[in-house]
Amino acid sequence: MTDNISIIGSNKSKNAVEKSMNIIFFVCGLAAVVCVICMTVYMIISGWPAIAKIGVFRFLFGQVWSPENSEFGIFPMILASFIATFSAIFLALPVGVLVAVFLAKLTPKRVSAPFRTLIDLLAGIPSVVYGLLGAILIVPLIFKLQTAAGLPQGGSLLAAVIILVIMILPTIISVSETAIRAVPKQYEDASLALGSTKLQSIFRATVPAAKSGIVAGMVLGVGRAIGEAMAVMMVAGNAAIMPEFLKPVRLLTASIPIEWAYSSGLHREALYGIGLVLFIFIMIINISLNTVLKKGGELRG
Amino acid sequence: MVDVLANNRKITDKKNRPFEKIFYSAIFIVAGLVLAMVIYFIAVILIRGLPAVTWSFLTTAPNPIKKTIGIFPSIVNTLYIIVFTLIICVPIGVGGAIYLNEYAKNKKFVRVIEFATETLSGIPSILYGVFGYVVFCLMFGLKVSLLAGIFTLTIMVLPIMIRTSQEALRSVPKSYREGALGMGATKWYMVRTILLPSSLGGILTGIILSIGRMVSESAALLLVAGGSAMYMPKGSILDQLSGSGSTLSVELYRYAYSRGDNQTAFGIAAVLIIIVILLNLLTRYIAERLNKK
Repeated sequence: MTDNISIIGSNKSKNAVEKSMNIIFFVCGLAAVVCVICMTVYMIISGWPAIAKIGVFRFLFGQVWSPENSEFGIFPMILASFIATFSAIFLALPVGVLVAVFLAKLTPKRVSAPFRTLIDLLAGIPSVVYGLLGAILIVPLIFKLQTAAGLPQGGSLLAAVIILVIMILPTIISVSETAIRAVPKQYEDASLALGSTKLQSIFRATVPAAKSGIVAGMVLGVGRAIGEAMAVMMVAGNAAIMPEFLKPVRLLTASIPIEWAYSSGLHREALYGIGLVLFIFIMIINISLNTVLKKGGELRG
Repeated sequence: MVDVLANNRKITDKKNRPFEKIFYSAIFIVAGLVLAMVIYFIAVILIRGLPAVTWSFLTTAPNPIKKTIGIFPSIVNTLYIIVFTLIICVPIGVGGAIYLNEYAKNKKFVRVIEFATETLSGIPSILYGVFGYVVFCLMFGLKVSLLAGIFTLTIMVLPIMIRTSQEALRSVPKSYREGALGMGATKWYMVRTILLPSSLGGILTGIILSIGRMVSESAALLLVAGGSAMYMPKGSILDQLSGSGSTLSVELYRYAYSRGDNQTAFGIAAVLIIIVILLNLLTRYIAERLNKK
């Protein structure tokens, strides 16, 4: 307060400060945009050479990944990533929406508040811890199924799916809950007044009205599942073969940390190439998320 | 009196709906299972992990001769990464939020920045690892080091910082700004003396969320900061930052996956879970205090 007591003050220095602060904040605001542009540019610069050398078709649709023999086909991994992601969403979405309905509509605050705290905690658990839990608790559960099917015991696609379900549940629950809570109470009231029961009102009036928010949660879940590396790597067994639920699989993301340390030359470049493929998938998901949100108004979890 | 209802029911009677009952119980069972799972996981981690967490586990480096294991070096690495990332990221994030909320006039440009932050928050950490390696380790010549990790994580937590600060700024009533500006304050003076102090709680929440993200981070740091944490930290801070080193999460991965030492891995997991729980409690406490105000 002491620096500018005069009512006129020194306008010149004041203006200079104002101007420079304006510029500084502008630069800060620009930082995120610059980062996105840089990432796009460098993912392409580093990822494209390998894809060009190997051949786009042979890289994306080749069925053999064997760096020792210079075979770089990532089709099994793409397939494994897609199957894992969509099975996880398929399982997590109904569970997530039911829990969201439970939290938003069926419980008093004194039950839902601590419940939500625990869900938040689930979201905060590091992915390596999920990997450890998966390797110790979930992988052995599947051993019996594997023996029954006459397969060797070990990590599997099924274990990866289960871990992904657990990891994306918090996202789906919290986004869906926000969306359900944002639906005006009148919808439910009107439905009740017309004679429907509470459950009918919730599932025929409120949940459909929250659809765009729930879809947004689903897309966020897809993004999180397809990008998860460490946890799935610790439970999936990591064999780059065509995916089957009880056999070990390698997901797109996991190839990068697994082979990073000992890769060089074209092998390392191929890993950058995998990065680029993943980046393109993620950008598609981001853009569709943006359209979903725009369509359904502003809703964010 | 004539009974209008054929089957002797009153109008207030409830129809028996078996499907509803089943559905209700299904919801409660699913919710109960999810709850049980969370509690089970946390219990498993703490029960299997806590016995490994001793004073020497937390305060020493691994000693292959005495065959003791300690995680002190990775604790130090984690702290370095948190502190220096925040030093770079908080001003940029808060500044960006101030620009978006207070200065920007072009709506289209605001949309572009918001789209960029959303994109950043959707990019998985393994890709930050690849990008950070190519740009910071190779192009900037930082090699695989904590410093490269710090720069990579700065970009990674930037969206969290921007979003939470923006929300905090939005919650400051418009009348505060009008009051200050009406009394003749310049915009920067208003931001500095009115906006920042009143949105401090929200910014603090953003900082804690960022710390949570950094503590959990493993995939990106494995690629750009790599290394292991075998020795007690020595030398100047700059020396340490320009060398490689693993944080707690990366170390957990190494013990569990590369070395197959689940006992130590669970010990680190217990430490991580306790940190996560404390951070969660802290955000809750701040939120409650803000609501009271």
